[in-house]
Amino acid sequence: MFVTSAFAQESAPSADTSHAATEGDTHSGTSVPAEAHGTFPPFDPATFPSQLLWLAITFGLFYLFLKRVVMPRVGGIIDVRNDRITQDLDQAARLKGEADAAVAAYEQELAEAKTKANAIGQQANDAAKAEADTARKKVEAALDAKLGEAEARISSIKANAMKEVGSIAEDTASAIVEALVGGKASKAEIAAAVKSVAR
Amino acid sequence: MAADKVDPIHQFHINKLIPIDIGGYDLSFTNSALFMVATVIVAAGFLFLTTSSRSLVPGRLQSVSEMAYEFVGNMLRDAAGTQGMKFFPLVFSLFMFVLVANLLGLFPYFFTVTSHIIVTFGLAVLVIATVVVYGFMKHGLGFLKLFVPHGVPVFLLPLVVLIEVISFVSRPVSLSVRLFANMLAGHITLKVFSGFVVSLSALGAVGVAGSILPLAMAVALTALELLVAFLQAYVFAVLTCMYLNDALHPGH
Repeated sequence: MFVTSAFAQESAPSADTSHAATEGDTHSGTSVPAEAHGTFPPFDPATFPSQLLWLAITFGLFYLFLKRVVMPRVGGIIDVRNDRITQDLDQAARLKGEADAAVAAYEQELAEAKTKANAIGQQANDAAKAEADTARKKVEAALDAKLGEAEARISSIKANAMKEVGSIAEDTASAIVEALVGGKASKAEIAAAVKSVAR
Repeated sequence: MAADKVDPIHQFHINKLIPIDIGGYDLSFTNSALFMVATVIVAAGFLFLTTSSRSLVPGRLQSVSEMAYEFVGNMLRDAAGTQGMKFFPLVFSLFMFVLVANLLGLFPYFFTVTSHIIVTFGLAVLVIATVVVYGFMKHGLGFLKLFVPHGVPVFLLPLVVLIEVISFVSRPVSLSVRLFANMLAGHITLKVFSGFVVSLSALGAVGVAGSILPLAMAVALTALELLVAFLQAYVFAVLTCMYLNDALHPGH
């Protein structure tokens, strides 16, 4: 219904223009519904040239403003941010690599130090052992020597003592014999007798 | 006065604010033109002012502008590929213009620019004209391959080509009527329900109680219209992207 009335008025658009204008002004004060004596506004061709013109002007300016000013700016902001993010990520990756390398170096150094410390400890241990061994051997040798000396002296002392024991016994025996028997026993007899007893 | 309030068509009337008549054509600065200017100022001003600090870490409003930019950019790249990005300013302008015009229209007493078929038709013709002009510029007569799908048997070809041509020709119509009809119907419905509230409350206590239901409906419809405002701007932009894809790659 609206469409047909709109097309019906299209045949006389110039006459309709002034009519529609006065209508628009007057009807706001009246209580008659608009469609009762006019076209449905969106289908009123009288308004088309003006709407198209102003649409072209406003949208054209809007398009130019967005294309020239807004979009380069927003695109720039986003590009800068993306660049910054990639940059930061790269830097973070680089720093992480550095940290990893430092940790690896530290661990390697630690392991080296450990083996070195073990080696030093082992060496010191061995050296101490060897020293102790030599010292012990020296002491043992000295002790052995002393022991031998002492034994030799003991045996010489013993031999001397035994020798003296013989002569003392002979003297004692000859004295005893002299006292008991009153005669003198020959030295050879006494020596033989002492020897047989001492045996 | 009461009839004006209830009359759901009143909101679509065009009033001349500054009458201009050139060569018999009425080119007056009307309330429609005023709201086109308002749409452009609001949309451009928002995008311009929110991004003026160029913060690396965006504030809320700046991220809204960036989201709109990237949303349309991704939409166009998905539909038309990287070559389609040369139409980014056009699609972004269309999206922002339609979106802001729809949203401004939701304010009471505001005029809805997109509720006039000539405006939506003008935008749709701009899209189709861009498609046709660019298609012929880039592909010459090869652009006509758009109407000849691959792998169709020869005896069916005339029919298919006819259908393709009709579908192509009806694109500006469907593109404009979809947006126009959605905005028109939504605003009429809102006005009708709001009118019920006014008429019923004039009937006294019972009427005031009875007006709660249409009031609730008006509130719910406002939320729905907000969704429709976004959705129709999105649909308009998506279809624009798809049509531009045809201009870039006419072979099916």
